[in-house]
Amino acid sequence: MLLIHCPYCKEDRPELEFSHAGEAHIVRPTNIAAIDDTAFEEMFFLRDNPKGLVYERWRHIHGCGRFFNAVRDTVSDRFLTTYKAGEPKPDPVRLSKGADVAKKGAAK
Amino acid sequence: MSGANRIAGAGRLTPARSLRFSFDGELYTGLEGDTLASALLANGVHLMGRSFKYHRPRGVLGAGSEEPNALMSIERDRSRRQPNVRATVQEVFEGMSAVSQNRWPSLAFDVGAVNNVLSPLFAAGFYYKTFMWPKRAWEKLYEPVIRGTAGLGVAPDESDTDHYSNRYTHCDVLVLGGGVCGLSAALAAAQSGASVMLCDEQAQFGGALAFETGIRVHNEDGFAWAAQTAQKLSAMDNVRILNRTTAFGYYAQNFVGLVERVTDHLADPDPALPRERLWQVRAKKVIIATGAIERPMVFANNDRPGIMLSSAARTYLNHYGVAVGTKVGVYTANDSAYEAAFDLKRQGVAVETIVDTRDAPGEGLLSTAADLGLEVLTGQSVTDTKGARRVSAMVVRPNGGGAARTIPVDALIMSAGWTPSVHMFSQSRGKVAFDASTQRFLPGDYVQDCVSVGACNGTDDMPAAIEEALAAGSNAARATGSKRSPKTKVSCEGAGNWSGGMSGAAAGAGPDTTVKAFIDFQNDVTAKDIRLAVREGMHSIEHVKRFTTNGMASDQGKTSNMHGLAIAAEALDREMPQVGLTTFRAPYTPVTFGSIVNHARGKLFDPTRRTPMHYWEEEHGAVFEDVGQWKRAWYYPRVGEDMHAAVNRECRTVREVAGLFDASTLGKIEVVGPDAARFLDLIYTNGWTKLKPGRCKYGIMLREDGFIYDDGVVARLAEDRFHVTTTTGGAPRVLNHMEDYLQTEFPDLDVWLTSTSEQWAVIAVQGPKAREIIAPLVEDIDLSGEAMPHMSAREGKICGVPTRLFRVSFTGEAGFEINVPADHGRAVWEAVWAQAEPLGACAYGTEAMHVLRAEKGFIIVGQDTDGTVTPDDAGLNWAIAKSKPDFVGIRGMKRPDLVAEGRKQLVGLKTRNPMTVLEEGAQIVADPNEAVPMTMLGHVTSSYWSENCGCSIAMALVANGRARRGETLYVPMPDRTIEVEVTGTVFFDEEGERVNG
Ligand SMILES: [Zn+2]
Repeated sequence: MLLIHCPYCKEDRPELEFSHAGEAHIVRPTNIAAIDDTAFEEMFFLRDNPKGLVYERWRHIHGCGRFFNAVRDTVSDRFLTTYKAGEPKPDPVRLSKGADVAKKGAAK
Repeated sequence: MSGANRIAGAGRLTPARSLRFSFDGELYTGLEGDTLASALLANGVHLMGRSFKYHRPRGVLGAGSEEPNALMSIERDRSRRQPNVRATVQEVFEGMSAVSQNRWPSLAFDVGAVNNVLSPLFAAGFYYKTFMWPKRAWEKLYEPVIRGTAGLGVAPDESDTDHYSNRYTHCDVLVLGGGVCGLSAALAAAQSGASVMLCDEQAQFGGALAFETGIRVHNEDGFAWAAQTAQKLSAMDNVRILNRTTAFGYYAQNFVGLVERVTDHLADPDPALPRERLWQVRAKKVIIATGAIERPMVFANNDRPGIMLSSAARTYLNHYGVAVGTKVGVYTANDSAYEAAFDLKRQGVAVETIVDTRDAPGEGLLSTAADLGLEVLTGQSVTDTKGARRVSAMVVRPNGGGAARTIPVDALIMSAGWTPSVHMFSQSRGKVAFDASTQRFLPGDYVQDCVSVGACNGTDDMPAAIEEALAAGSNAARATGSKRSPKTKVSCEGAGNWSGGMSGAAAGAGPDTTVKAFIDFQNDVTAKDIRLAVREGMHSIEHVKRFTTNGMASDQGKTSNMHGLAIAAEALDREMPQVGLTTFRAPYTPVTFGSIVNHARGKLFDPTRRTPMHYWEEEHGAVFEDVGQWKRAWYYPRVGEDMHAAVNRECRTVREVAGLFDASTLGKIEVVGPDAARFLDLIYTNGWTKLKPGRCKYGIMLREDGFIYDDGVVARLAEDRFHVTTTTGGAPRVLNHMEDYLQTEFPDLDVWLTSTSEQWAVIAVQGPKAREIIAPLVEDIDLSGEAMPHMSAREGKICGVPTRLFRVSFTGEAGFEINVPADHGRAVWEAVWAQAEPLGACAYGTEAMHVLRAEKGFIIVGQDTDGTVTPDDAGLNWAIAKSKPDFVGIRGMKRPDLVAEGRKQLVGLKTRNPMTVLEEGAQIVADPNEAVPMTMLGHVTSSYWSENCGCSIAMALVANGRARRGETLYVPMPDRTIEVEVTGTVFFDEEGERVNG
């Protein structure tokens, strides 16, 4: 079971309190009714599923109820960071450097 | 006397503390502190089980949790029978009953042993190859027979009467393993002030000190030091130490699963105690001190009872005071077996000969052997053994060739060396690294915040291992915030040497293909099986493992992995790391279902949700059905009525008089805020801004892909307040769906969503007399048709309590849904019932509700839709606002496939014979004579007998269904074909006038 840091509650809480909500940073177009089939397919169906860093959404469903974003390494299962919905996508290079800091942080 | 092989003065058990137990019905005497294995050996019993595949007689191989052979069934009673208990771990208690496994009719005479004679048939990969063909025989013949004879032990056939408990806990430092290193690390961390947990799978702390009597710690017996240190630790407020506790799984972020065996060793456990306690520990730092496991030698017939690891023989002698034989042979490839031989000899046991494959044993061993009068044959190998149910001789040959010598023995102890126990490290996702100089795998790259110390880290020298453990303990404490740094010191002397040895087949293991030189004793995998796997093209250890099942038994290859790898590497002519080492996975040792399931069984398996009116319904004879976690009144049979009669009566009564229905399970969400209507506009397909306060509307909700997600009636109570209802059980996912859009796609909207499903009890009163029934109870609301027409909502009081009263209908009759605070649900229901009953109304259940709604063609999302149905498919195009620029699903529902011709559409079906009721889920075809596979046009989604219509009615999804109205279609069933006519979906009161009352 993972420990997940809720950026709203500002606490590490057990995975049981959260639900996963798919890939993050997929923007629903404001003119969605007007987009073509290819654009809709791209937006709604196609997902990256990379090995390594993923940007994903979680909801602290049994806590504050908020949706937020996380960067997780699918190889180590380690969270590099979590951040509030609407905040910009963190820079992966800076995050990888921060991974050691995050590890030390977890040890405190 | 507790067994003829108990040596007076040897071991640590107290001779006066004797107890009786039975094995396969025979009574034996053991001592308090004995394991089942040590007690049986004390009584000269070596034959403890039969092997899995060949049913060969087997004795005990080890003295700990790595034991592959001596698996037993421990029975307290029929419901408390635990199969596959390792006799080397299970402590005996007064009155214990143990039964051997994998044999029939008896352990000594086992019919299945014919497999041993037929063994050429049972080579590795045998199952894969032999039973592939013909396909049909697999189901009918092979699989049942294999199942019948396979499997270890027999599961109990009654439900477990024991209970189990479960605890979550956190600590700074978790130490896995309570040997000298684990104790030292825990001591250092604890004295620095960290919160420490220490666990060990044995009853007593000390690990290898149990047999390694040569080690003195702080100038006293090592095992006594371990006991004192454990005592000292347990007295500290910041320490929790757990014996009989196995760390079985190492999960992400230092989350470690431990299972504590609380009562398995007790004769008469307090029923209040759990049998086992599951600990789920989140540790800031984990110190792995899991030691090393001795490997057997691989040679022909190395599995006879009486052949065991040298450390096991030494444990039985030095801890339990038991001699494993009277004429003991020794076969070794490293130094540590010598210590076992010396200890046995010093206790007066005849040690026949030490056979060492090496030419030069470690320093001083030969002279000590000479002093003790022991014969040592260096550069020689044991190439075979004799004996039936116990080893009777070993056959020894010089390595360079020469005459064989047969030496009679009644026990043979062996050591190929020690394998660092990297299981927990590997489970933590750490990568092991091959150490070429010592030919073993050691912890390499760490992924989690843990550290390995001592033998599991390849640190063989005892003082160095202790220093490493002390440093790890104080570093872990410092890293987790402890400020104190006392100098914890543990000094020791007289350590034996555990390094060296060999992996793979020794001289007596082939290469010929008839020799059975066992590697994996539990799964009966031999050296030749590994070679065969390589010949058959398996070049990775992962493939070899699956082909041979090496290391896949319940002991997880603790004694076999390295040998399997070495033999595969030799056959492939590669280095071991190029062939790979399998990843170790949880559990380290088998874990009972009981400890994992824990409290989550019976009533605690899943919550049961009951409405406020539940017990009234129960008192009035309702039969309940499960709808998700809810118990819902299904129908209310009266004396002499079956379900059919009761449902018919309920359906008739609702339309003729009225009925009361408990609709409390409807999901409810309160949508509030200045932008509430705008928000609903985006969530539902229909428009909400124009809906007047005091009015209700049926809404459909889509997913972004354009398919129907949920539906329900929404009441607007004020400009900024909506009372949303969802399907029963749909509320959590609908609320999640709404929250998702509100928080992440439309965050600028000022709206609040609140789940109110359990706050409101809902009483539906439906039928011509509905108004007459509730009128005397309602205050402040004008119930007349003009003042409160169909699809309106009012707030007021009923029976003196606040109500949200909706004029809505899911039956097609005039009706009301009375929402009252849940605490008043039953009182209001009873008051309504008191009005209703004298008028001839009834209470009706979910079955009648289903029939009544189907008579009106109202869909149930999830029954008449399945996640691939569009509003148009369901005939609900009228509910889609044409002028809205956006709502969830607006683009998805225009996808090419969703607007294509020929989609399945919801239609009604009437059977040609009105008495025939279709089966829900039945397939529909146009041509009943078409050859199989037939062209299926769709399926029946809802089907009932309609007492009000006097015929059966059904709804179905049928390709191009609406254009087929009037057509005859067919429903082929196993015994007949049913002719149906395609109709509209409304079967009763097509004009819809009754709803207006
Ligand atoms: Zn939160």
